[in-house]
Amino acid sequence: MTDPIIMPKPVIAGIERRLFLRQTLSLGALTLLTGCDISDNDAVQSVLNLMSRWNDRAQALLFSDQRLAPTFAESEVVHDFRYNAFFPAADVPKLAAADYRLELSGLIGDKRPWTIEQLHALPQESQITRHVCIEGWSMIGKWSGPRLGDFLQRVGADLSAKYVGFQCADGYSGSIDMPSALHPQTIMAVKFADEIIPAKFGYPFKVRIPTKLGFKNPKWVTTIFVTNRFPGGFWEDRGYNWFSGS
Amino acid sequence: MTVYTPMPAAEPAARSIQLHPLSRRLMHWINAAAILVMIGSGWRIYDYYPALSLKFGFPYYLTLGGDLTVTEAISNDDGLVNALLWHFAAMWVLVINLLVYLVVGIVSGHFRRDFLPVSPRAVMHDLFAALRFRLDHRLGEYNAVQKVFYWGVLAAILVTILSGLSIWKPVQLQWLTWLFGGYEFARVVHFFGMAAIVAFLVVHIALTILVPQTFVAMVLGRASEAPHRSRGGGE
Repeated sequence: MTDPIIMPKPVIAGIERRLFLRQTLSLGALTLLTGCDISDNDAVQSVLNLMSRWNDRAQALLFSDQRLAPTFAESEVVHDFRYNAFFPAADVPKLAAADYRLELSGLIGDKRPWTIEQLHALPQESQITRHVCIEGWSMIGKWSGPRLGDFLQRVGADLSAKYVGFQCADGYSGSIDMPSALHPQTIMAVKFADEIIPAKFGYPFKVRIPTKLGFKNPKWVTTIFVTNRFPGGFWEDRGYNWFSGS
Repeated sequence: MTVYTPMPAAEPAARSIQLHPLSRRLMHWINAAAILVMIGSGWRIYDYYPALSLKFGFPYYLTLGGDLTVTEAISNDDGLVNALLWHFAAMWVLVINLLVYLVVGIVSGHFRRDFLPVSPRAVMHDLFAALRFRLDHRLGEYNAVQKVFYWGVLAAILVTILSGLSIWKPVQLQWLTWLFGGYEFARVVHFFGMAAIVAFLVVHIALTILVPQTFVAMVLGRASEAPHRSRGGGE
């Protein structure tokens, strides 16, 4: 450097170094935010959970019982559909048709249990829709079965109640809002890809709700209940957003 | 580094100028925090099921969503829950702040005054000058390259928000998902929107380090600047 400078160079360098330090410090503070365990702080957790309840309400507002999930052509159906649960496929419940009874409880008029044959005897709906997992993957599949809304009406459920809950043979549980339960595309899928639904996908039926994320579609359902008390669910109790609409 | 050339004695050695009103500074830092939370949590969400079919993931320590062993102990979850909670909480901060910024920017004339006009000729001129380190930085006045950058990052943020909405609500907002080429493609758009924002951030932060007065200005609102000429001359 040959040019004359008026301000002594060390002074400028000093100022710039301080500024640089200040910037890297604040950058460091921001990256700390991402890397460290701020998420595990109780106060942070309660704010995040409050926001999740807020998101439940926002999603309920956005939901429309008229709006149908997009449907697809037979040719778009995935043949090698993914198995997904919190345990390996070898451990899926294998329910026998002879022993199986669907139990009903809560705000339901006629609580007589249902057999698989009775479910198959109801008017059936078919849909080719996209199953979207909260992890990010999605697959197009074909499901058929009676509408949950028709079923609830038939058994004299209180349709003005807030929640419909499910208990499953694998210990899983879940719950949804009544408007989603009454949505025309919400079905008790006794068939998958035009065949009796196999054990790994939820035999004797999976509640298929194309307006919700995959984990809100319980498999191996053994009990349906209607209630006004928030029932939570397996993943919901672990912090996943309850409404989880699509 | 800036070279200070001798100035006539009559002119002040430095001038202090008001650059950013308090509202803009607040919105800038709220936006910065929201964007960082969105990126950090988004990276962890990405890692769970990458949108791209590449063998590539974000290092765990750069992602947001709590310690794996702690979340495992609390909720039997391997770290996705917190990332999702952060993502869907910060999105409200990001969107509301951005909407206020856009309204204030239009109404106050900030966009018209500071980000316009941008002519392709000016952009080319300033770009070549910048690449030869002959582009002056004048506090409070954006050169054409900067203007293009700010419009660009604004567009990237908007595309990322909209594609994000379309993968959050592929049923209720299916028209938007369709607009982004369907659910799977919308995820790819969302990823590259993020990548564009990160690319902007790299340049943005690098330039701030080169011209630290801009950082002072974004914190304090004012900064003093010694009048300078072309910075290519004496180094």
